[in-house]
Amino acid sequence: MSNLRTPLSQVKGHGSAKEGTGHFWVQRLTAIAMVPLVMWLCFSIASLPGMSQADIRTWLSSPFTAVMMIVLMLTGLYHAKLGLQVVIEDYVGDHGIRTIAIIAVTLLCAFLAVLGVFSVMRIAFSA
Amino acid sequence: MAEFRLPSNSIVTKGKHFPAPDGATNTRNVIVYRYDPDSGKNPRTDTFEVDMDTCGPMVLDAIIKIKTEMDSTLTFRRSCREGICGSCAMNIDGSNTLACTMAIADIEGDITIYPLPHQAVIKDLVSDLTNFYAQYASVEPWLKSDSPAPPDRERLQSPEDREKIDGAYECILCACCSTSCPSYWWNSDRYLGPAALLASYRWIADSRDDATGERLDDLEDPFKLYRCHTIMNCAQVCPKGLNPAKAIAETKKMLVQRRM
Repeated sequence: MSNLRTPLSQVKGHGSAKEGTGHFWVQRLTAIAMVPLVMWLCFSIASLPGMSQADIRTWLSSPFTAVMMIVLMLTGLYHAKLGLQVVIEDYVGDHGIRTIAIIAVTLLCAFLAVLGVFSVMRIAFSA
Repeated sequence: MAEFRLPSNSIVTKGKHFPAPDGATNTRNVIVYRYDPDSGKNPRTDTFEVDMDTCGPMVLDAIIKIKTEMDSTLTFRRSCREGICGSCAMNIDGSNTLACTMAIADIEGDITIYPLPHQAVIKDLVSDLTNFYAQYASVEPWLKSDSPAPPDRERLQSPEDREKIDGAYECILCACCSTSCPSYWWNSDRYLGPAALLASYRWIADSRDDATGERLDDLEDPFKLYRCHTIMNCAQVCPKGLNPAKAIAETKKMLVQRRM
């Protein structure tokens, strides 16, 4: 019977979520942060091929590299979570599927972030 | 919901062919989307060979000529025929615009005319804009002020402040922008669309209105406002040359600035 609701009442719906600006702003902030971080990663990887596994472990366990790597992963995965959420909100119409997809993306990104940080710390502290 | 295929009852079939009148030498094909909900049939495209020697210069002239001389059942909206009422908005040559300000000479090859995209079709070129108008009403497009108006004169505004609503007040609500926006196609039940957001900005930017905060509060929503991804189709098609995307960006900027 929803078609008996007035068009204005349907448009007003549940009103404003008073949210979205934080998401919008942090997505841009992480994008800006990724510019120097990814450049650093590219230059670093370019210098890696000649190195042995032991060299790379030593490189990764230096405080600067380890911190940069952790910051890069956290920034990248947070940006990925925010971006994928936008894609899901754009293209997935069904409210239930949309909610499940956003939860899945959030948990997956959180898991990958913890996994990444743990991996770097394990190498950094075992050298 | 993103839809990449037409529902089976919306697939457009090939319709009738209306040949040019005898003796016409300068003709052009006008291919028009036709849909009659009462017939129970799928929509079709009819081809009209229009005699350009006896036709006015604009696409609207051709449509009126078709209705007058070739097929009186063709249904469309039109009123002012000079780009100010916004009634004859339709998809011409693949782009939303006003039939009355679109010159036939500016179109190469066959002239294809469809109703505004991704809206329910009432008949032929008439689309259902109920939701679009409700969205416009929902932004409360009128002056709101707690300060009483001066008893002896209108509310004053400096020329500099007046300039701030240039590019926002000229909107004629033809719906070309909103119905050209992919975000609006997928989420028009919740995304307000460029036209309503431009209308809202027109009052947000007005120095005489003091409901700016409430207006920004009402827009701060992942769907109402933040479905805009600056695709810019709105600015591309606006027959009045306005830039709703810029107004939306300004609104987003104000929302960020008031947090800092």
